[in-house]
Amino acid sequence: MAPATRPRLAVWKFASCDGCQLTLLDCEDELLALADAVHIAYFPEASSAMEEGPYDLSLVEGSITTPADAERIREVRRQSRRLVTIGACATAGGIQALRNFADVNEFTAAVYASPQYIETLATSTAISAHVPVDFELRGCPINKMQLLEVITAFLVGRKPSITAHSVCIECKRRGTVCVMVQGLPCLGPVTHAGCGAICPAYRRGCYGCYGPMETPNMRALTQEWRSLGASPREIRLALRTFNAAAEAFSKESELHGD
Amino acid sequence: MATKTIRVDSLARVEGEGALSLRISGGRVESAELRIVEPPRFFEAFLRGRDYRETPDIVARICGICPAAYQMSAVHAIENAFGARVEGPLRALRRLLYCGEWIESHALHVVMLHAPDYLGFPDAVSLAHKYPDRVRDGLALKKAGNAIMRLLGGREVHPVNVCPGGFYRVPDRAELVPLARELEEACELAAGLVRWVAAFPFPEFERDYEFVALRHPGEYPFNEGRLVSNRGLDIDISDYESEFEERQVPHSTALHSMLKRRGSYLTGPLARYALNFDRLPPAVQALAEEAGLGPVCRNPFKSIVVRALEIAFACEEALRIVSEYAPPNASTVPVAPRAATGFGCTEAPRGICWHRYDFEADGAIEAARIVPPTAQNQPSIEADLAEVASQLLNEPDETIRDRCEQMIRNYDPCISCATHFLKLSIER
Repeated sequence: MAPATRPRLAVWKFASCDGCQLTLLDCEDELLALADAVHIAYFPEASSAMEEGPYDLSLVEGSITTPADAERIREVRRQSRRLVTIGACATAGGIQALRNFADVNEFTAAVYASPQYIETLATSTAISAHVPVDFELRGCPINKMQLLEVITAFLVGRKPSITAHSVCIECKRRGTVCVMVQGLPCLGPVTHAGCGAICPAYRRGCYGCYGPMETPNMRALTQEWRSLGASPREIRLALRTFNAAAEAFSKESELHGD
Repeated sequence: MATKTIRVDSLARVEGEGALSLRISGGRVESAELRIVEPPRFFEAFLRGRDYRETPDIVARICGICPAAYQMSAVHAIENAFGARVEGPLRALRRLLYCGEWIESHALHVVMLHAPDYLGFPDAVSLAHKYPDRVRDGLALKKAGNAIMRLLGGREVHPVNVCPGGFYRVPDRAELVPLARELEEACELAAGLVRWVAAFPFPEFERDYEFVALRHPGEYPFNEGRLVSNRGLDIDISDYESEFEERQVPHSTALHSMLKRRGSYLTGPLARYALNFDRLPPAVQALAEEAGLGPVCRNPFKSIVVRALEIAFACEEALRIVSEYAPPNASTVPVAPRAATGFGCTEAPRGICWHRYDFEADGAIEAARIVPPTAQNQPSIEADLAEVASQLLNEPDETIRDRCEQMIRNYDPCISCATHFLKLSIER
């Protein structure tokens, strides 16, 4: 298709590790076909041809952690017909949202010799806390097949087919024996599917990098963890990682102390 | 005489957010600054109080391009603190994982991000219109690297299988068989890649760098070795802080990593290659010779050839590990926490990635310090920029800007990694 008629795609970065936008480049078998189907108009990590908006679809990676970025995301929204967040940072604030539970000045002083020069907000927040978002794709990192599904769905104007059930269903489909019944604490029962239940297949408990599933029973899960011998500190740490600021995880983490 | 400032507000084809500012006055380059606009994420702060077992998963999130490097430096530091040693097949599997990361990260940079500079394209997609086979081969190489990451780590980005003492689960021999086939092809593709990039037009440019890399008694370095340089540095990784420091310099917007006695230095492919050429297998040395590269290369624009050679090395090394692999009896060696300090330093695709952790008796982290490769290379990048721009003073701004951007990409700078970069505002 000619550039003029193809939908225009933009990829934006806020506070993040770049892993989710890398997932787009990790589509080794699909990338060139994708570049035929859409016009990649703005993707600075991959191209120095940075075209002006408006864009038909914007993929947004990263969380909002600076006053400048809080402004920039509004401009991105204005330029974008559809805006999809990709990954735990953009969708829940990411690991850098651990500052939300602490004193950010103390954090700054711990890392930087001259903290007065650091321009940062006290919190790391999801994109949806700042602008309306059309779809949130979960994961730290996102799954590339899900990313292709989301792009495809928005291009043809339908809802992405992404299920919101727990990782447990994916373990069953993969044929993995439940690790929890073997005594390993696992966040799978409360965690959003999408990764393909990798961790239990590697003989460890899920660590929740896709964030809460649609209806997580947090209390039942943490009781089970206690009966498996996990300490309150271990439970709190487990809930405070890459989706620490997601409501279900953050609320439950408050109930388990040191 | 007029003063002019050339700015590039958003650097393309680098991982993370950076900007470039060049000040030319009185017919000379007054300053060259690589500004880092990446917001700080405070890893070293929130690591305090975390359990040692969580460390590999957390530090992976510093960088989505080279997560295994952070995991490797972290587990080595943990094992160093707790007196554990990983040997035999477990050690080989860690090298294999690192091969996967080098292949995917280097192939991404060489083909997708860097090659377009030499051939006059804005990106790999437009490059693919003219050189479809080259781009497809590059993607196939990248895929081979990612196949290793996926098999050993569970996924390409933020692999889940690395833990202190080894792995959560180790593969059996049969699982590695398909990798061997893919790697045999990858070895061929890598040799082709070396030949292709070696024929690119390279600007005449050399600087007399102090190269810093790991050096191991018998191997091209991944996980272990002493820290050495071509100017006599030869230290244990635990002595890093007595030889290196991070300085705040007035003209800069970032903390600069320096050798205390001598200033800026270079880490990454050019340094590893210059200090460890004799550790490369004969076939890779022969490939280097065919590419017209001596045992030392001081032209940063030729770093693309060295990266391609390192892909060839990593493919061959991965194939060797896969063919010699016999599964270990256990997936981990015992690791018992104690109050101690541990050091880890491994060769990330972009250079040495140094970690120090102080642990409490129960294995909780008391303090963490992480020095990523791009933070270390920044003074060197700026010195290169000043030098390259001073050779082009009579050229139009456009030419200077393009060449400077290309110079920055010579380093494959991974700005997201750079936990130590800081934004500094200066009043004049």
